Amino acid sequence: MSVFNQPRKRVIQMIILGMVILIITRLFFLQVVEKKYAKLADANAVLRKVIYPSRGIIYDRQNRSILGNDVLYDLVVTPASVKSIDTGYLCNILKIDKEEFRKRIVTAIIKNGRVRQSVFAPLLAPEVFGQLQESMYLFQPGFELVPRQIRSYPYSAAANILGYIAEISPAMLKDTGNYASYNSGDYLGFTGLEKTYETVLMGQRGIQYLIKDNLNRPQGAYENGEFDSAAVAGRNLRLSLDIELQVLGEKLMKGKSGSIVAIDPQTGGILAMVSGPSFDPNLLTGPYRSANFSKLYTDTTKPLFNRAIQATYPPGSTFKPMIALVGLDEGVITPSFGYPCGGAYYGCSRPIKCEHHDAGHAANLRLALSHSCNSYFSHVYRLSVDAAKFGGIKVGGMQKWADYMNNFGFGHKIGVDIPSEGRGLVPDKKYYDARYKGSWNSCTSVFLGIGQGELLLTPLQMANAMCIVANRGSYYIPHFVASIDNDNTHLLDKYKQKHEVAHISDTAYSAVIHGMTDVVESGTGRIAQIEGISVGGKTGTAENYGIVNGVRTKLKNHAVFVAFAPAEKARIAIAVIVENSGFGAKYAAPIASLMMEKYLKDSISTKRQPLLKTVMETVTIDQAMLAKSHLDSLNQNAVIKKNKP
Amino acid sequence: MNRSQAKLTQGIDWPIVGLYLALVIIGIMSIFAAEYRGDDNVWQDILHPSKNYSRQLIWFGVSIVLAAVIWLTDSKFFTATANLMYAGGLLLLLLVLGIGKDVKGSHSWLVIGGFQFQPAELTKLCTNLALAKYLSSQETDFTKLRSRLIAAALALIPAGIIILQDETGLALVYFSFFLVMFREGLPGVLLVIAFSGIVLVLSALLVDRTILFIIFTVITALVIYFMRREIKRKRSKLALILGVYAFCGLFVMFIVPFVFTKVLKDYQVRRIEVMLGKENDPKATYNTRQSMIAIGSGGFWGKGYLKGTQTRYDFVPEQSTDFIFCTVGEDFGFFGSVIFLGIYVALLFRIIFVAERQRSTFTRVYAYGVASIIFFHLAINIAMTIGLAPVIGIPLPLVSYGGSSLMTFTMLIFILLRLDADRQMVLR
Repeated sequence: MSVFNQPRKRVIQMIILGMVILIITRLFFLQVVEKKYAKLADANAVLRKVIYPSRGIIYDRQNRSILGNDVLYDLVVTPASVKSIDTGYLCNILKIDKEEFRKRIVTAIIKNGRVRQSVFAPLLAPEVFGQLQESMYLFQPGFELVPRQIRSYPYSAAANILGYIAEISPAMLKDTGNYASYNSGDYLGFTGLEKTYETVLMGQRGIQYLIKDNLNRPQGAYENGEFDSAAVAGRNLRLSLDIELQVLGEKLMKGKSGSIVAIDPQTGGILAMVSGPSFDPNLLTGPYRSANFSKLYTDTTKPLFNRAIQATYPPGSTFKPMIALVGLDEGVITPSFGYPCGGAYYGCSRPIKCEHHDAGHAANLRLALSHSCNSYFSHVYRLSVDAAKFGGIKVGGMQKWADYMNNFGFGHKIGVDIPSEGRGLVPDKKYYDARYKGSWNSCTSVFLGIGQGELLLTPLQMANAMCIVANRGSYYIPHFVASIDNDNTHLLDKYKQKHEVAHISDTAYSAVIHGMTDVVESGTGRIAQIEGISVGGKTGTAENYGIVNGVRTKLKNHAVFVAFAPAEKARIAIAVIVENSGFGAKYAAPIASLMMEKYLKDSISTKRQPLLKTVMETVTIDQAMLAKSHLDSLNQNAVIKKNKP
Repeated sequence: MNRSQAKLTQGIDWPIVGLYLALVIIGIMSIFAAEYRGDDNVWQDILHPSKNYSRQLIWFGVSIVLAAVIWLTDSKFFTATANLMYAGGLLLLLLVLGIGKDVKGSHSWLVIGGFQFQPAELTKLCTNLALAKYLSSQETDFTKLRSRLIAAALALIPAGIIILQDETGLALVYFSFFLVMFREGLPGVLLVIAFSGIVLVLSALLVDRTILFIIFTVITALVIYFMRREIKRKRSKLALILGVYAFCGLFVMFIVPFVFTKVLKDYQVRRIEVMLGKENDPKATYNTRQSMIAIGSGGFWGKGYLKGTQTRYDFVPEQSTDFIFCTVGEDFGFFGSVIFLGIYVALLFRIIFVAERQRSTFTRVYAYGVASIIFFHLAINIAMTIGLAPVIGIPLPLVSYGGSSLMTFTMLIFILLRLDADRQMVLR
């Protein structure tokens, strides 16, 4: 019997061995040959977590923080842990109905699953947060409050300069060239300095590798954090901006459409840049960002439009010093050059009226400037472009003049460090050739001599023109950022470069500068006087045409005032435009003067407080437009919300 | 025989005891690895059985007591009560059908006190004893068809009841007794037929039915052509060939589709389809995929004990019970897995060696039964974890977490040791 059964024992042993060998073969392929399982295991178990650094802080020239980080709270939900809570009470606090509650839970489940956290209510308003925090124990563990950094603007000012950050858009995410390092849900600068200096401010994201379990719950560091990289906080920006000056400027421009640009001519650093009417930047941060954005976007007063760099105006008489500079630099006039103006310029077929007709009011450059003689500058303009040494206007004269303008920073983006800058317009030979089909001469463009005609400048370019005058022929590209902490970029290099644009003798310059100080001391800009400081200025009235009911109509003039002070060695150059407010001296000059006084003397004298009050209270915006605007109430709300504990 | 005078452990087969202990300890360590988190207080957990490994440790203790009791029992007790135990086992199975508790979709658990208990595990032992008793009895002539049918019935009746309890996996194990019957004289052709049957089922599932039918027809035609001389000599051979052909056709065209649509449950069909690669639904393939990732990521040397990420962080389902092999595969790699399988092969071969040295048919049949049961569990369980078999919920003997399973295998092995120790006694 035993003999008979011997082979059967072998068969059974063979079956066992066969099966085990089959298993071992399979294991060999799974574990040794195939490499994908190790990768799949890592994909399974390693969670790549991005650690967000805190964004860089922006300081003004006095090292006051003007854009910092604040903490708001998100209410997050873990759907699987939401059990037997008082939904009604929670809905009550959040001011949503039960239908909305259910919808949000369902959305959370769809987005992240039942056991992972999803945002239930983002960026809670402070009062909601307060209420929730008190009763949080009622809603735990399904709901938690998670802190989140948001941007905050303690001075509620400089909205258009600083810009705002917002969540990256799907279109940007697809653009892997520029936004490769961003993930969905990331915030980045959309406008202003936040955008220009995004790479500096964002800092360096850290990456933490975490072991996770089957439900994606983190379980601890992967390989003891060997592959982790720490987050590096964003670097801080230090601006040339003076926040108090900026706040004053915004107050002065309240109820007015227009802008103020003040620059330190010695560095090109922008001291203040106001676009009126302005809005509270805190409106574009926190929980109501998108709602506020659409309100601001559709507001009749266009507060999101940064007039200081985007709007263009004819500079009017404020342009006359530049005409003088070109004439002097080309050598077609000397400071003693005079023009016999009798109340109008008759050099071209149509006379150009002048405000003055007394003899000798344009006997030399200084007098012509202080009296703002139209005839004088029309003539000087024509002399410049028709100069024989350039072969006449059509050969080289017009182009030479346009080159001067371009060198002055007109007709192209000057290169300020916030985006969306306008170009303005400097007509050149090509422009007139195209427009007049070749039949034109210096009379065609004679209005350029008095800053009218086709010429368009942004307020920033006007302020820069004052820097050129104050600096006696040179300027730095206007910019906000004076320095970046631990700077290793080349972002600021171009702002350190001096641009020499005119080479004129000191005596010639004195004529221009004295002409302008005369304007303030005894001429049209007397209102701009500051006690103890000599101010050079120039009033201007920009003619303004608009389309009303389909017809090109002359609208109320824009008031323009440009100035610099102290005249001997200017520390501030300024351009002010108040749209549709008439003559330049009326509102633009006092605003410029008050700004300069504030900057140079740190405060405004008691004597001038009534003026300050009057200017602040003046409303020049069209009443019909203002009636439809919600800007004031929006700004009001932002302030109220901010002041609440 | 008066054993009190003899040495207490006289006659014990130490290699089996050693292999047994090795597997149980590997089991507890693997369960520990599957559950342990860095910040666990191990000693506290062991004292308060809140974790599977600490409970398994308790079951191990209970098993040792059980083993000692069995060792001290007279081996005649097992032969004498075999049929009684079988009847008791069946009764218990029927009882579960009535008052059982549903655990994870199967109606196969009894709750006694605070403990859950699965009689289907225990009846393997009863059935093994009963089969050994029947095959070793003087009246049984295993060359007769009647005896073979009775033996098959002994094995398959409990399986039938267990299927009714929705524990198809455990029921499958009862087919392992055919290996024992083969050893005791069941014609080898049955193994061939069984193997062909499996191939037939697989091909019926994998290959389009019409194509399969054409293949059968071609094969049959070829067989008839090559055997034409023999067929001329003996007409009955043609009938046999045509009969097989007809059966295969019928099987593929009707029986398999019928079983798949009417008999098997949806989830069972899906599991089979997953295994065959026909179903790619990530939800259905999740278990197998995760288990393969865990084992595959172990590489040649493994990640090291307690270093596996897949098993420790719950990616593998049922990782301390049915998928316990993943821990071995991930932490110890191919190298460790081969050694681990080697321990099983050693145990199985040792049991076969022990079986063959018996003079008593009862003990031999019983020993082969133990080997077959362990082998079936091992083969199906590991094949399942590496995607060679559909997901069938049966434990890995001695290693998987579970009191019923551990105690059953302990009893199976220690009864064998007791019987083996007494092999010199008499012919039973």
